[in-house]
Amino acid sequence: MSDEIRKRLREFVAKNFYMADPDAFTDATSFLDQGIIDSTGVLELVSFVESEYGLTVADDDMVPANFDSIDALVTFVSSKQ
Amino acid sequence: MDSVRLGDGATAEVDRICKALVATVRGELKRRGAVVGLSGGIDSTVVAALCARAFGKDGVLGLFMNERDSSAETVRLGRVVAEHLGIPTVDEDLSPMLAAAGCYTRRDDAIRMVVPTYGADWKCKLVLPSVLDSDRYRVYSIVVQSPGGEQTTVRLTPTAYLQIVAATNFKQRTRTMLEYFHADRLVYAVAGTPNLLEYDQGFFVKNGDGAADIKPIAHLYKTQVYELAAALGVPEEIRSRPPTTDTYSLPQSQEEFYFSLPYDRMDACLYARHHGISAAECSTALGLLPEQIERVYRDIDAKRAGARYLHAAPLKL
Repeated sequence: MSDEIRKRLREFVAKNFYMADPDAFTDATSFLDQGIIDSTGVLELVSFVESEYGLTVADDDMVPANFDSIDALVTFVSSKQ
Repeated sequence: MDSVRLGDGATAEVDRICKALVATVRGELKRRGAVVGLSGGIDSTVVAALCARAFGKDGVLGLFMNERDSSAETVRLGRVVAEHLGIPTVDEDLSPMLAAAGCYTRRDDAIRMVVPTYGADWKCKLVLPSVLDSDRYRVYSIVVQSPGGEQTTVRLTPTAYLQIVAATNFKQRTRTMLEYFHADRLVYAVAGTPNLLEYDQGFFVKNGDGAADIKPIAHLYKTQVYELAAALGVPEEIRSRPPTTDTYSLPQSQEEFYFSLPYDRMDACLYARHHGISAAECSTALGLLPEQIERVYRDIDAKRAGARYLHAAPLKL
């Protein structure tokens, strides 16, 4: 299940956000440190996770620990399902 | 952080800017004076006062460009400034132009994506969570107020957020269009009013208030702008007015809309960030925790990264 989530999230990030060096982008890469996602991008990511997985993301959950990498996202989404 | 202050140098800085205004506007740009949009705020007041000193009061045109969401205080204080400086003014009512462009309806349509009951007689503002309280991402929510006075806060979807901002940006772009109308007919330059905080952090609209021929205070921290205001004899009620955005219909501070901290602390943090001062050292000076300053630093860096697009001129490829 988490492999499917990982694949879907990677597709979304790759399709919607520009990466100067896609080969260097790993599941642990920090979106913000690498300048891949800005605050509007975070909003888009939250919106995607909510609609794709039927979740409601609480304000307090909107922190880098949950949203700043593919690994973090997979852990967060899996924990909510 | 006393380093931010000009102190006794404020008067010399006024003189330097006034000489540079004449050399730049008359010498380089071959324009005869300056157009300044007056909001009754400290920045536009100081720019108008500097221009009046540089070009003479008849060499400055003050523009009032209020619209239906402008506060009564903005309208009143703009007139206080013009009267104090003795400069000629023109009153431009933006509301019909903005309505014709769909500014209000496009904005309200976007708000209804998240608040379906939102009506034309409701009020709103955008707000950010505090950077000091937690690591939460700073994403916008909208506060709406019904005609009965009941307020609700709703987190925005990306589509709603982007359209609200895009529609609201009509206001700044319409003001710039009018400034250039008057500048063209008078052979004047348009004076922009951003201070260093706004210029550095991208607190302006591209091709809106970001567009101008000269930016006389863009190198000055807001604290320094207040010092210039004192040196220029700006009326006390202008100097004591809390900074406001005056863009949305509900009263909105600049901290809840954009910056992490009130301007004096924000100045200190930006100065510290510019000068490589550690979060620990800065936190001691400001009475905040080092982790709070780290968050402010991250917010400064993120905003500066976002501002690159806003500052970029059209790029030839």
